[in-house]
Amino acid sequence: MSAGNIAVEPQVDAAPPPDTGPGLRRYAAGALFLLPAFIVLGVWIVYPTVYTIIRSFFGLNGFNKFVGIDNYKTLFTTSTLTTAIKNNLIWVAVVPACVTAIGLVFAVLTERVRWSVAFKTAVFLPMAISAFATGVTWRIMYVQDPNLGAVNALGRAVVQVFKSPGTLSDATPSTSNVTGTAQTGMTLQTPLKPGSVALIGLTGIPPTEVPASAAQAVQPKPVPGHISGVVWRDFKPGGGVPGKVEKGELGLPGVTVQLRNSEDKVVKTAAAGDNGVFDFGVVTPGTYKAGISPGTFAKPWAGFAWLGTKLITPALIIAYMWIWAGFSMVVIAAGLSSMPRDVLEAARTDGATEWQVFRRVTVPLLAPVLSVVFITMIINVLKVFDLVITLAPGSSQNAASVIALAMWRTSFGGINDFGVGSAIAVFLFLLVIPVLLLNVNRFRREV
Amino acid sequence: MRNRWARRAAACLVAVPLAVLAFTSTGSGATRSASAACSASGSISFDGVWTGAEATAFGAVIKAFNKVCPKVKVNYKPVGDNLPTVVSTAVAGGNPPDMADIAQPGLVAQFVAKGALKPITYARTVLLANFSPSWIALGTFQKKVYGLVFKASNKSTVWYNVTAFKNAGVTPPATWPQLLKDASTIKASGTPAFSIGGADGWTLTDLFENIYLRQAGPVKYALLTAHKIKWTDSTVAAALKTMAQVIGDSANMAGGTSGAVQTDFPTSVNNVWESPPKAAIVLEGDFVPGVATVKSSPGTGYGEFPFPSINNSPPEVEIGGDTIVTFRDKPQIEAFVKFLATPAAAAAWAAKGGFATGNKHMPASVYPDAITRATASAIAKAKYVVFDMSDQQPASFGATVGQGEWGLFQNFLRNPSDVSGIQSQLESAAAAAWKSGK
Repeated sequence: MSAGNIAVEPQVDAAPPPDTGPGLRRYAAGALFLLPAFIVLGVWIVYPTVYTIIRSFFGLNGFNKFVGIDNYKTLFTTSTLTTAIKNNLIWVAVVPACVTAIGLVFAVLTERVRWSVAFKTAVFLPMAISAFATGVTWRIMYVQDPNLGAVNALGRAVVQVFKSPGTLSDATPSTSNVTGTAQTGMTLQTPLKPGSVALIGLTGIPPTEVPASAAQAVQPKPVPGHISGVVWRDFKPGGGVPGKVEKGELGLPGVTVQLRNSEDKVVKTAAAGDNGVFDFGVVTPGTYKAGISPGTFAKPWAGFAWLGTKLITPALIIAYMWIWAGFSMVVIAAGLSSMPRDVLEAARTDGATEWQVFRRVTVPLLAPVLSVVFITMIINVLKVFDLVITLAPGSSQNAASVIALAMWRTSFGGINDFGVGSAIAVFLFLLVIPVLLLNVNRFRREV
Repeated sequence: MRNRWARRAAACLVAVPLAVLAFTSTGSGATRSASAACSASGSISFDGVWTGAEATAFGAVIKAFNKVCPKVKVNYKPVGDNLPTVVSTAVAGGNPPDMADIAQPGLVAQFVAKGALKPITYARTVLLANFSPSWIALGTFQKKVYGLVFKASNKSTVWYNVTAFKNAGVTPPATWPQLLKDASTIKASGTPAFSIGGADGWTLTDLFENIYLRQAGPVKYALLTAHKIKWTDSTVAAALKTMAQVIGDSANMAGGTSGAVQTDFPTSVNNVWESPPKAAIVLEGDFVPGVATVKSSPGTGYGEFPFPSINNSPPEVEIGGDTIVTFRDKPQIEAFVKFLATPAAAAAWAAKGGFATGNKHMPASVYPDAITRATASAIAKAKYVVFDMSDQQPASFGATVGQGEWGLFQNFLRNPSDVSGIQSQLESAAAAAWKSGK
């Protein structure tokens, strides 16, 4: 925690000494002015940092037991903690680069569109929402059920353009006479000859999926030369006898039944009536099978498990970039507006294409600004916490964990092991230091 | 987490203000207590987890106490869910409150081990008169009674959607095989039978514990709770296999396996409360109705039945609850503890709702509605009452998101066929947690 705070206040350390001048009084005055800053730094940054470092060498119960580097060993041997470190590496590898790139593209493009202010406001708006609220909102948007989650609802709208769901998406065979699944379609295994009656019972169909016109199912009488049958919802309250058409069980109107010959070729089709009865008419002698094509059972698109263990980190990264793209865009746009236009014009006059201007002139001139964004994002990403804890459900938090979250969970999330928690904090601090030095150096150069 | 839901649920139930009538009529029951003549005076400081409506309800209990002991002033401080931290700090600083109520039996055991608590053996007579031995055992640590579980919630309840049961033509089952048979009938009717809130690991441990209690019996339950038998024991394997009969059939859970893992507890309740329901049954405690955000009414919308018996197990109830403990010995504290064990004390809160007690002599008619009456009186009638097992484990094993029991049971939900694998993982996590004591 302290690590992040240091990162944003480095210039205080680099404050140059006051003007040279004789007299103790002058130093005293200088010291007096520095005192508040020193006190603030000491109480909220130096003391907690030192305390945390010392604490990381002790066990569970206060400073009772010195454990040496055991806590650090735990850090690198516990799978939940190594996952957190690995995830943080993914974050650092992906997010700063993507956010900077997206910000750059937005900044350059908004210079050219008419409603640039409106566009910039829209992109910047997420910055005004707390990460906690963002996490809660995206968690709802990521819900797998396309009826609830906005992201998957969008996905379903796209998928259904290509493939519409069937009328009986939940049906399963009621007896072992009917085999198959929703993917393969279902086939009645009983061989049929002219004059036979096919009984195709299906269950697992919610009352809401049965067409309103459905009537009491009827088992048709055999008609010589014809193959006929019934397809019906083989269920009545209490279950009934599977495979038998009983009172209270409804036909499934509209279901298309296929008649296949011994070579499994579809020779005839028939649609079931309100009472479920269908008739293929007169068929040539031979043995046949009746079945229903998989299209009837096609399930609606189930959606991606954004909140599951596999997709949770990408899902988090998308939400995170949604927040920070605005920051990146605004900073880069500011750099862009202060860029000397004559250089661009000169390049254009010399015959450079727009892409060349962007690639060879704009980007190099913007490099200092881009590096500010990039480094700020590295620091932000290393300490990412609030979004992860609010967006990832409990069952995915191990898979989604990052160092700061692991630190919090170890210290306060039930285990309450301040020793290992402190070790994680120190580790995070060490990770931030190189970036910090880079930043301090840059400040020096700019001064 | 669980306590928060229980609490929120309670807060919702407290809407029924028929308190006064009920408790004057049962006030005569107080003669069963030992506090006929109360000479104690002075004040008591009491830190509690109950806030809001619950604190008000406990105020009614204090008021009832002051009818018996008018000269004792109880200063109740509603601390809330931070109570463990607050009281632990106060104990460490040498200045604990006189009394406290604690939701975690593990913390009570810790205080006992530190010697911070005073036994309440002086209340023996009134405890024995009003509670079953298994109830008194909940407050017994190191062979002495240190606490009284005053307020409990029944975690051995099952909730169902009435329309879904009607469509499927089934009635609430009394035994486990019946439950499974009903479940497959419900599935055939087109509604998945079970709604599992797998994103919150504790809903899964509750299900396991209810099965284990009935299948392996209360003795084994106590041994496993104390980690005296290993998680690799054959009884655990048997219970996990029974559990897999519910969570192993992806097609019979709302959202299938992957949906169940991502469903949090409130959503799992709403799945059953909705119309048409996404599932017919949710297996959780008496705080379920208070968590639902979908409107539904008891009797016509949803119903409740006790967790089914397995292999002819007698009525058994798993509870969560708040234990009242004392940090000092004073006459006024003694008087209050004795009073809290009487039916009058229980009735004062029970009439306000969101409360259940194991007090045998508090008439069930005090409970404000039929469902509370059923779930609460099941506790008093049960042959065995046990405390939530995971609540009694070291926190890293029993109460940490994504780790220990919670995390491993979620893995089991993802892959219910790997019984022995999950057993060995549970055992190594439990062994590590018990060894380090955290």
